Amino acid sequence: MNLTIGDRSKYRGRVMREHFGISTTGEQYIIALAGNPNVGKSTVFNALTGLRQHTGNWPGKTVDNAQGIYSYRKKSFLLVDLPGTYSLLANSVEEEIARDFICFGKPNATIVVVDATSLERNLNLAFQIMEITDKVVICVNLIDEARKKKIKIQFDELEKKLGVPVIPTAARNGEGLEELQKAVYEIVLEKRLTQPKQIAYSQEVEEAISVLMPQIKPLNIAAEVINPKWLALRLLDSDSSFIESINRFVNMYKNIK
Amino acid sequence: MATIQEPLDKLLKVYLDAECIRTTSNIPIADRVVKDIFCQSEHIAKSVIKQEYSRQKSLDNRIDKIVTSRIFAYPIMIILLGIVFWITITGANIPSKMIATVLFSFQDVLTQWFQLVQAPAWLHGVLVLGMYRTLAWVVAVMLPPMAIFFPLFTLLEDLGYLPRVAFNLDHLFKKAKACGKQCLTMCMGFGCNAAGVVSARIIDSPRERLIAILTNNFVPCNGRFPTLIAIASIFMTGTLALFQKSLVAAGTITIIVLIGVAVTFAVSKILSETVLKGEISSLVLELPPYRKPKVGAVLYRSFIDRTIFVLRRAIVVAAPAGAVTWILANIYIGDVSVLGFVAGILDPIAKVIGLDGFILMAFILGLPANEIVIPILLMSYLSTGQLTEFANLLELKEVLIANGWTWLTAFNTMLFALLHWPCATTLLSMYKETGSKKWTFMGFMIPTVIAFTVCFIIAQAAYLLRLA
Repeated sequence: MNLTIGDRSKYRGRVMREHFGISTTGEQYIIALAGNPNVGKSTVFNALTGLRQHTGNWPGKTVDNAQGIYSYRKKSFLLVDLPGTYSLLANSVEEEIARDFICFGKPNATIVVVDATSLERNLNLAFQIMEITDKVVICVNLIDEARKKKIKIQFDELEKKLGVPVIPTAARNGEGLEELQKAVYEIVLEKRLTQPKQIAYSQEVEEAISVLMPQIKPLNIAAEVINPKWLALRLLDSDSSFIESINRFVNMYKNIK
Repeated sequence: MATIQEPLDKLLKVYLDAECIRTTSNIPIADRVVKDIFCQSEHIAKSVIKQEYSRQKSLDNRIDKIVTSRIFAYPIMIILLGIVFWITITGANIPSKMIATVLFSFQDVLTQWFQLVQAPAWLHGVLVLGMYRTLAWVVAVMLPPMAIFFPLFTLLEDLGYLPRVAFNLDHLFKKAKACGKQCLTMCMGFGCNAAGVVSARIIDSPRERLIAILTNNFVPCNGRFPTLIAIASIFMTGTLALFQKSLVAAGTITIIVLIGVAVTFAVSKILSETVLKGEISSLVLELPPYRKPKVGAVLYRSFIDRTIFVLRRAIVVAAPAGAVTWILANIYIGDVSVLGFVAGILDPIAKVIGLDGFILMAFILGLPANEIVIPILLMSYLSTGQLTEFANLLELKEVLIANGWTWLTAFNTMLFALLHWPCATTLLSMYKETGSKKWTFMGFMIPTVIAFTVCFIIAQAAYLLRLA
């Protein structure tokens, strides 16, 4: 049975509320804000939402959660500031929260804030997120710092290679924020389609994935909720916290109706 | 009903298959996955970035190569510490003298006023001799060093040097099975141990947080520094010229602080092996670029900050403590004051560890705030009638010697000041942070036991070897 858009938003509303402590009206677009620590995520968050934000905790955890609202072209966007993480391969509470939200909370889009002065390190998280969802916008922040350090980045080239919108910003001075909002708008309303570059793993890994895929594809949870390749990789990681999360969310989706 | 519900057995089966693949694979799959992601990130990043030569970056790197190198890291840290102390001691000298002269001469003015209104002697005693004199002491002797040390430390922090210290010490912390972030809580402890205890929140692991909280006391806070400086300057220098005096004093304090750091590592290790066993957590540390600190702004801001802080503490804690002490020194049980009586009881224990009853009592009465220990001590000594008054730091030595101080007393007093129980504010913070009476009690007992033990060993060794 295929879920219609209406059903999905009903589910989503309930899942978001119950599990992630986010209450949203049906019409709001939910945008996740992810990125490494110390890249200026909060600066971007504050610049976009101003005073229309409120902070609390993720339910049941001692990690801060901030949500804020901004409008663009008469649409309302709810920005959710995820904890800063270096990766989503969960080793800590922060990574678990970020992963669960992007994976099961199914935001309408995810902005990945990266630091222009340490692109290598930051792209790692971006790639992981691009494996889960294709609704990604990369926000390359701190370009003013990069200029000071004489680092020049070819953003068009990067956009071509990553297959998702890449927006340079210096949130401290408000540079690039308009373009960021535009990119998010276009992704969310599907005026722009993305083809996120997937990671080509080494041979042994790809072989292992191809062995598991036939068993995973038929699982409905794989099709509806999670990207099958991502699921295969997490099973190979033996990420037990992810399995627990799947159980939890399967039950939750089960009980919604 | 959504067909998302399917027997979780199917999922379980896939999980088991994955497990099988993982364990039978000849490469560690999880590691390879991470490596692949990183390689790809690196490859793409490199292809779009053009890094032109940046003088700033290469200078940073060259400095870091030296500052974090195996050979130079420790000497540089120790020398920097010594320099900071030296500047504090020399810089505080003249202001101390000036403030002392002004405040103590004002005391005479106050006395005259009291005589004018024919106020009763006890009132004069409590307010002028007790409250005002203690206040004057704290401001004259404690304020200048604090007002200099704190801005210096803030400068180092602003410069970006402290993360390098954390980096250098991390491997020692790993050996002690504690968290590298403990280095930063220790740095906070230099300012105030209560703040150091609260700053332990940056440590995620509860076990390591507790270790950081329990050992924070071994870093001397701003209240104990001036005590150490005073004793070091006065007692350790004999008849040296001024410049050498300050070097020796700075050197002594550096050694004392290093002892405190060594004790921190030792106690952390012992705790990790006994009551707080567990795994070490990893530390990811970003070394920020070196920044030119805004020297003027920092000096101004932290200087004013410290001054206000010390003055407020002096009025709120020191003045009342001074009043109380004067009262205790002038209420008599038989022919000895309450102070003298209590000191007498404590004397045998104190002598065994190389101190005397009055010193021990001063430390006990100093529980609310460490800066009042020396004022209380002096007042106890002076009230026993050895010297009717003293007006400046130089006479302090005579007061001490007249009361039986030897090099051993000075040394052990400094050690005891370094190692003894935390002040009331710190204990309160410990309780708030740990929520446990048991651990707060441990936070009190561990330093106390160590202080007594170390002083005991040194005193007895000195007595045995006829050195004192």
